[in-house]
Amino acid sequence: MLAVLASYRTLLGKKGAMAITGAALFLFLIGHLLGNVQIFFGPEHLNGYAAFLKSTGEVIWIMRAGVMACFLLHIYSSLMVTVANQQARPQGYATKRSLETSFAARTMIYTGSTVLLYVIYHLMMFTFLRTGPGYSPHDVYRNVVLSFQQPAISAVYIAAMLLLGAHLFHGAWSMAHTLGLSGPGYKPWRRMVGPAVAAAIVAGYISIPVAVLAGWVR
Amino acid sequence: MKLTLRIWRQDGPRDKGKFVAYPVDDVAEDMSFLEMLDVLNERLTLKGERPVAFDSDCREGICGACGFMVSGVAHGPQKLTTACQLFMRHFKDGETVVVEPFRARALPVLKDLIIDRSALDAIVQAGGFISARTGSAPEANAMLIAKPVADRSMDAAACIGCGACIAACPNASAMLFTAAKVSHLGLLPQGQPERRQRALRMVAKMNELGFGGCSNHGECEAACPKGISIDFIARLNRDYLSGSLFEKPEPLSSV
Repeated sequence: MLAVLASYRTLLGKKGAMAITGAALFLFLIGHLLGNVQIFFGPEHLNGYAAFLKSTGEVIWIMRAGVMACFLLHIYSSLMVTVANQQARPQGYATKRSLETSFAARTMIYTGSTVLLYVIYHLMMFTFLRTGPGYSPHDVYRNVVLSFQQPAISAVYIAAMLLLGAHLFHGAWSMAHTLGLSGPGYKPWRRMVGPAVAAAIVAGYISIPVAVLAGWVR
Repeated sequence: MKLTLRIWRQDGPRDKGKFVAYPVDDVAEDMSFLEMLDVLNERLTLKGERPVAFDSDCREGICGACGFMVSGVAHGPQKLTTACQLFMRHFKDGETVVVEPFRARALPVLKDLIIDRSALDAIVQAGGFISARTGSAPEANAMLIAKPVADRSMDAAACIGCGACIAACPNASAMLFTAAKVSHLGLLPQGQPERRQRALRMVAKMNELGFGGCSNHGECEAACPKGISIDFIARLNRDYLSGSLFEKPEPLSSV
């Protein structure tokens, strides 16, 4: 165990922590999405699911604390790594051409920061300040529909999900690689599996405001 | 062909340095990049100016001594090629070519295009060895190694330690170099006893020397003149993470 803590002192150890917490947050995103898409089965499904989550009592709070811990460790590690990476080359190049890296890979700290801002806004809206339009504590379905019927709220949501998608696009592959999960023939993973997972998650989330705006869900 | 070279000139480690433009009017297509610099240097010397300092040794692409950035790419635009094996036929007449040293805090510039690569030696000294018995050579077939395993080990051992991976990395990380050095030993039976300790020690040393971390951009593999795959980085990550979980960190002297 001591060795694990010693390893966290290195940048690779911090990347390992980011990969493990990133994987946990990936699972959370998938779980959260599976909950959200129940909106397509009608109010009783989504509200029933929300009531079920609340009925689990301590369990839901333990899960929330776990997600929060992963989130904080992920952010803390990423800040440490970003600062160290910038210090590693004090004098930059006059000319530098990228051969392989992607826009998503180079902007991880920015897409991540934006997603953090969005998460704070998201929690304010439905969990803490409950500023969502026409908020009612037991009718999640109505809260979602009333919110997304406002084009501005939907636009912010869709923009945030696209940035999250960029983060996952590189994150999915980076996570696997940092945990040593890729081997010979990694390119298909990098080029297809990671992006496919990111696209599926983002498409799932975006489908909800699109469906509300189109009037399919009301 | 005519080229304009914008070369980084720096008198010494403490000098600020600046770019100086040198027109070269008679570049032959069959010159290597270093031969072109030789021609430029002869002329500078005749004019009484200080020649451009750059490293080179074998000029066959196998020693790892040469290397600088050519228009933003480590070792220049030709894939799987060191600067000494980069021929001028890959450039266009009239082109301006920017030549600057590999840049990383851990690999400081000594003069012009020459950098101090001692940090790479320090990483190898931290764990890039095996504890084999010395004495007479063992019988060749005493320890059988499957051909694919030997081949993969050899792929990692192809690293010439030029530093292009670090130069190309947006984070100036030495992960591909370290991964190659860890893997060419860790793939073979002789490298097993210290396998995890090696990963722990070499990564700790790399960190201590001020190299950046790996963000899995893949720039290193694209720039590597030996085509070393970032699969070796995944392998190093496995060794490092399993070492973190199952090994006690040991000081070097206990081996």
